[in-house]
Amino acid sequence: MPIHPGTARIHSVSLRTAQQRRAIPGFGLTLGITLSYLSLIVLIPLAGVYFKAAGLGWDGLLHTLSSARVLASLKLSFGAALIAAIFNAVFGLLVAWVFVRYRFPGKRLFDAFIDLPFALPTAVAGIALTALYAGNGWIGRYLEPLGIQIAYHPLGVVVAMTFIGLPFVVRTVEPVLAEAEKELEEAAATLGAGRWITITRVILPSVWPALLTGFALAFARAVGEYGSIIFIAGNIPMVSEITPLLIIIKLEEFDYAGATAIAAAMLTLSFLLLLAINLFQAWVRRKR
Amino acid sequence: MSENLDHSLQDPPQLPSEFGTGPLVRKNSAITEPAWVRWLLIALALAFLSLFLLLPLLSVFTEALRDGWGTYLSALREPDAMAAIRLTLIAALIAVPLNLVFGVAAAWCIAKFEFRGKQLLISLIDLPFSVSPVVAGLVYVLIFGAQGWAGPWFAAHDIKVIFAVPGIALATVFVTFPFIARELIPLMQEQGTDDEQAALTLGAGGFRTFWSVTLPNIKWGLLYGVLLCNARAFGEFGAVSVVSGHIRGQTNTLPLHIEILYNEYAFAAAFAVASLLAGLALVTLALKTFLEWRYADQLAAAHRR
Amino acid sequence: MEISIRNVRKTFAAFPALAGVDLDIASGELIALLGPSGSGKTTLLRALAGLEPIDAGQIRFGASDATHLSVQERRVGFVFQHYALFKHMTVEDNIGFGLSVRKGQDKPDKAAIRRRAQELLDLVQLSGLGKRYPAQLSGGQKQRVALARALAIEPRVLLLDEPFGALDAKVRKDLRRWLRELHDKTGVTTVFVTHDQEEALELADRVVVMNRGRIEQVGSTAEVYEQPATPFVFDFLGSVNRFRGEVQGGKLKINGLSLGTNSPLAGAVDVYVRPHDLRLVEDSSPGLEARVLQVQRTGPIVRAGATLAHDGARVDVELSHLDPLTATLVPGARVRLLPAIYGLFPPEGDAPLKTLPDVVPNAVPEQRGSRARA
Repeated sequence: MPIHPGTARIHSVSLRTAQQRRAIPGFGLTLGITLSYLSLIVLIPLAGVYFKAAGLGWDGLLHTLSSARVLASLKLSFGAALIAAIFNAVFGLLVAWVFVRYRFPGKRLFDAFIDLPFALPTAVAGIALTALYAGNGWIGRYLEPLGIQIAYHPLGVVVAMTFIGLPFVVRTVEPVLAEAEKELEEAAATLGAGRWITITRVILPSVWPALLTGFALAFARAVGEYGSIIFIAGNIPMVSEITPLLIIIKLEEFDYAGATAIAAAMLTLSFLLLLAINLFQAWVRRKR
Repeated sequence: MSENLDHSLQDPPQLPSEFGTGPLVRKNSAITEPAWVRWLLIALALAFLSLFLLLPLLSVFTEALRDGWGTYLSALREPDAMAAIRLTLIAALIAVPLNLVFGVAAAWCIAKFEFRGKQLLISLIDLPFSVSPVVAGLVYVLIFGAQGWAGPWFAAHDIKVIFAVPGIALATVFVTFPFIARELIPLMQEQGTDDEQAALTLGAGGFRTFWSVTLPNIKWGLLYGVLLCNARAFGEFGAVSVVSGHIRGQTNTLPLHIEILYNEYAFAAAFAVASLLAGLALVTLALKTFLEWRYADQLAAAHRR
Repeated sequence: MEISIRNVRKTFAAFPALAGVDLDIASGELIALLGPSGSGKTTLLRALAGLEPIDAGQIRFGASDATHLSVQERRVGFVFQHYALFKHMTVEDNIGFGLSVRKGQDKPDKAAIRRRAQELLDLVQLSGLGKRYPAQLSGGQKQRVALARALAIEPRVLLLDEPFGALDAKVRKDLRRWLRELHDKTGVTTVFVTHDQEEALELADRVVVMNRGRIEQVGSTAEVYEQPATPFVFDFLGSVNRFRGEVQGGKLKINGLSLGTNSPLAGAVDVYVRPHDLRLVEDSSPGLEARVLQVQRTGPIVRAGATLAHDGARVDVELSHLDPLTATLVPGARVRLLPAIYGLFPPEGDAPLKTLPDVVPNAVPEQRGSRARA
């Protein structure tokens, strides 16, 4: 279990086994580098957020977090991330299934492109999506007559979040689907199960832990995402303003306390999510 | 995905048999769907990918060239753009080597030794991935900013961190922190310690062992990690945006330059700069795919897939 | 239910996995398909189940033509080498799966499915383990659950693909005996695939020896062992020596040694003799002179390697330690060997004795499964 109250032990001497210290050199040096660098770059700065937030006291924190604008942004960030993650779960599963199970021309090319959201800078994705979905864009121009607005609207947030979360589900589900034994499906067939029953009762239950993990990863990424969203969202206060943007706005207003309070809340939520993913995976591993 | 990892459950090719008759049941219905279902699903998946991936990519290049090559090239030659390119390169040149040294060190102690708290350490290394980039930028403002803990001290010594190059480099280091380590850790864990022990018994020193035994074993994994780390370093937006101060020609990286151009309605120029980064992303994907295909056995990422 | 297989053919990318197979299986029989990998035995089993579409031929279950039936319609029980249990279902749900996927009137209610699962658990002697998950069972228990699951649909035929292949030797022996008893109790027509000749001979009523997509011999266990129809069967079921001989006027001659035969062959022949069918005889008696190279004793059996004096061919001999002449078996000694039981076949030239087929491994269906992944 990755996160538990045992952090302090890392610094104790008991963690090296004498035998291995003799066999291979470099333990002290490399662990030293790792821990110092990790602490300096990640742990101490992150702890600083909580330290600063603690200085505000409960009242100060609640005051910032309960303002209507913050609540609206949290609702949008988490709500849109949820919708995008569900969308990605459905289509990610479909894409993973098609790429693992079927052969078709152009498969390898498309497979490489699935990782595009990992490789493409978020700002580039942001302006490209905006150009597509704006009223005069390639896609927007067909949606606008139908009364559907995506750019400068909460829907735009969902679109951007779907884009950046897309590879998570595909890449977590693919290996599980690939390792599924062909014999399980054959066994189901010999027992009289049709294809649909085999898929819903035999294949999907074995995939769903991976699917849930991919869903959670896509969700976590979407909640924290900034670059690709701010261009398409329009950033209208109370309507299409995401939480990370609000942090930046507070900073620009030199409201460091407000920014810290929101950041601490977001950090806590993402840690809880991470913890939940890890606990869930440990539980699945134990069960299998 | 390499050919031997292709698990498509389709029938082997039906060559004309010497007996002249075709198969009685054309497809193995037990473990695959009817052809029309297969093609429908393929079409749906490809339509989804085209709509959400290919179309945005295509639009970057089209929009960039909307006003012709002249505008395109001048947008890139402009001094502010050149400065942004320079700064982005500097940030990547700081972040990637630092994270490379850290990644190798972390992978060495985690893969070659047993100690308590190892799982926790691995999780902590992954932590920056689950932190919003904006929060990542904020943490450095809280420390090095004018009102931060260390801010006054740095100001007294006339060192600018926030709204300057060091802050941008720090933010970039944070967001690209796990890339190389998380590629090397599983790879080196899989390779075990046999090779190193053999080298040591033959009298090689620790550094010599690493250089001539371990490094050749992990070089492709290392390159793979560097590739991903570099792509993110070039493209980071949120974290850098918080610490940059947005001073044109001084503290603007390429992604920030895109934002400024875009907000000034210089769309063609914004997309021209964006096309540079999109091109880099394509090169990254191509190299990544090549490595996965050619050196699948020497990459942890390929094993996970 | 009796099964009849007529001229079944199947080709994988130019590799003939089944090159025209005919076989009749009586109702209630327990039949072993025996052969090396690539012989087509698994393809034949999968063709019976409908898991492998065939190129030509006919498969009948009883009076009905099953050739064109889908897997689901064939109602066969299939047991896989690696169990193929549904990991996310309890043992009980695994066993009840086949009944629970039935539609309409054929579908028993939940209580009936549970009852049936309990009965089958009792039958395979796993009563009380119904609530466990497959991961909590040993290999032998898993395979018994797989068997119970296959029996739950009251299959017309039970097909087992190397059912004990993944188990260790001790469990394998126990399960073998247990399967035989279970078969005698249920009387379901059963076909199982194995490459282990001992398993085939111990368990089956009849053995079908396959090689290169063809049936080499079908017979009782005694028949295939004692009267092998082809050199391949001779070789595959135990070790064998090959001598050159000649049939002249109803007599078999091996370098002057004259032996009786009723073989219709004439002229040059290959003589196949198992090591334990060679007798050691006194110097004065007729026999083949050989020089002992090495001697090895394992328990009651004395094994010797020797070369024939007249053509230098290598001979393996197995004798009981009770044979008084075993004392003369010392390295370097000259002894006389007399074939007691032997088979004659047309000469095959100088080809090496091991006649296992050349197989392109990737084209072999049983290796195409998920386990063959690189």
